[in-house]
Amino acid sequence: MTITQQILQQLINGISLGSVYALMALGYTMVYGIIKLINFAHGEVFMIGAFVGFFSITKLDMGFFPAMFTAMIFCAILGVLMERLAYKPLRNAHRVAALMTAVGLSMLFQNLALAHSWIGASAKGFPQVFPLRKFELMENVTISSDRILMLVIAIFLMIALQFIVHKTLMGKAMRAVSLDKDAARLMGINVDKTISFTFALGSSLAAAAGVLFALNYGIVVYQMGLLPGLKAFVAAVLGGIGIIPGAMVGGLLLGVTESAVSAAGGSMFRDAVAFAALIIMLLVKPTGLFGKNVREKV
Amino acid sequence: MLKVENLQVYYDAIHAIKGVSLDVSQGEIVTLIGANGAGKTTILRTISGLEKAREGKIEYLGKDITSLQAHDVVKIGISQVPEGRRVFTNMSVTENLELGAYLSKDRKAKADSLKRVFEHFPRLYERRTQIAGTLSGGEQQMLAMGRALMSKPKLMMLDEPSMGLAPILVRQIFSIIKEIHKEGTTILLIEQNANMALSIAHRGYVLETGKIVMQGSVQELLASEEIKNAYLGGEAAHS
Ligand SMILES: Nc1ncnc2c1ncn2[C@@H]1O[C@H](COP(=O)(O)OP(=O)(O)OP(=O)(O)O)[C@@H](O)[C@H]1O
Ligand SMILES: [Mg+2]
Repeated sequence: MTITQQILQQLINGISLGSVYALMALGYTMVYGIIKLINFAHGEVFMIGAFVGFFSITKLDMGFFPAMFTAMIFCAILGVLMERLAYKPLRNAHRVAALMTAVGLSMLFQNLALAHSWIGASAKGFPQVFPLRKFELMENVTISSDRILMLVIAIFLMIALQFIVHKTLMGKAMRAVSLDKDAARLMGINVDKTISFTFALGSSLAAAAGVLFALNYGIVVYQMGLLPGLKAFVAAVLGGIGIIPGAMVGGLLLGVTESAVSAAGGSMFRDAVAFAALIIMLLVKPTGLFGKNVREKV
Repeated sequence: MLKVENLQVYYDAIHAIKGVSLDVSQGEIVTLIGANGAGKTTILRTISGLEKAREGKIEYLGKDITSLQAHDVVKIGISQVPEGRRVFTNMSVTENLELGAYLSKDRKAKADSLKRVFEHFPRLYERRTQIAGTLSGGEQQMLAMGRALMSKPKLMMLDEPSMGLAPILVRQIFSIIKEIHKEGTTILLIEQNANMALSIAHRGYVLETGKIVMQGSVQELLASEEIKNAYLGGEAAHS
C-alpha cells in the first residue's frame, strides 16, 4: 500500500465518520446559537435514536429508512419535551444551572436506558440490514456500502438543513431569534415555538446520526452516546459554536484527523485527539474556525 | 385608539414607570419626550409586551392588551421601531423586510408591502441584497422603519429614530414619518430631540423619572417656559 493510497483510504474513513460527528455537532451548535446552552444530553438523544431505530427494525419489522425516520420523529418530540420541561423553566436562571441540568439529563437518560428491560447493560448487534459490499475505488482504496449510505444520508440531511435555515420562514425566524430575541418578538415571531423547533431539528439529526452510526459499527449500547456526543461537541467548538457551517466543517475535520492518527499507528490516542484539538483551538482561536472575534454582549 | 392607564413597571427593585397614563387617538402623531433614563423606552416595551406591567392597564381599540404576548401585539396592528434599530445584522435587507411581515400568510399582500416600503425608501431598494450589518446608521434606521411597516401596522411606535444621525438624515427620516402618517398610520414617537418631535406632532407628553410632568398640544408645549428651558433651550439656539 503506497502512502497516497493510505492517505486516500483514511480520508474516506475520516469523512464518513466525520459526517456523523457533523450531524450531531449541528444540534449542539443550533441549540447553543438560540439559547446559549450546551445541551450535554445531546449524546443521549443520539443513543436513544439508535435504539428507537434498532427496535423499529427488530421488534416492528420496519425497513431501515422507515426505522430511521421513526427514530428522527421520536427524538424530535423528545427534544421538544426536554426543552419544555427541563430547560425552559431555567431560561432566566444562571447559565450554570441549565448546564448542570443538561449533565443531569444525560445521566438520567443513560440510566433509564440501562434500567430498561429492552436495553440493559450489554451491547446488542445492530442487524446488517443491507448486504454489505465493498467497492474498490482504486487499488487498496475501498469503501463499504454502509459507509456510502451513511455519507449520502448525512450530506442529504445537511443540505436539507441548510435549505430549512436559509429558505424557509421558520428557518429565518430561527436565525432572527438567535441574533436578537426582542427584535424577533417585535416581528411577531413566537420565540418559544422557535426554540422548540430548533430542539426538534437538532434532536432529529442526532437520531439519524445514531442510527447511521449503529448500522456502521454494528452495535447499540446504552453508553454509545457518550464519546460521540463529546466529540461532536468538540467539533461544534472547533467550527465555532453557534455557527452552522462551522459544525459541518468541524465534524468532518475531526473525523479525518482521528482516522489519520489511528492510521499513523496512534489508535490508542484516537479519542485523545479530539480533546487535544479542542485545547489547541481554545488557545489559538477560542471562537473557532468560523468564529468572528466579536466581544460578547454584556 | 391606544389608552395607557396608571402604568407601573419595575425592573426588579427599580421602579421605572410610576403611574403613567397617556392616550393616542386614531390619526394622530403623539410624541413622548424626556431626558435620558426617564423611562420612555420602558413604556414602549411594555406596550409591545416585552416588559410586564406590575399595575395599570393598556387598552387598544377598546380591548385590554395589558398581558398580551409580544408576538400577539404585532398581530393586532401595533409595530415598534426599537431604540438602536436592532436590525438583523447577519441578514440581507430583503430578508429583514420579509421578517417584518412574518405573520402575513398572503404572498400578494407581502409583495405589496415590500413595494410600498421600497417606495418610501428607494435607498433600501438599491441595497436590497446587502447584509444589514454593513449598512450606514441612517440606512439601518430606514431598514428598521421599513421592517416595522411590513406588518401594515395601524399604530407605529418609534423609539428615538433620530439617535446618532446627522441633521440632514434626521430631517429625511422625519419627513418619511410624516408620509407614513399621511397614508393612515397613527404614530407614537419617542424623542430626545424635542424640537424635531414637536415639529411634526399634534400632541405631546413630557416624561421625567417615570412620571408624566406635562402634556398638551404642541402649541401649549412650545409656549411653556419649563419646556423651553429644559428641552428646547440649547437645541433651539443652535438650529
Ligand atoms: N433592563 C433593565 N434593567 C434594570 N433597569 C433598567 C433596565 N432598562 C432600563 N432600566 C432603568 O429604567 C429607567 C428607565 O429606562 P429607559 O430605558 O426606559 O429610559 P429612556 O427614557 O428610554 O432613556 P434613553 O433616553 O436613554 O433611551 C432607567 O433608570 C434605567 O436605568
Ligand atoms: Mg430609551
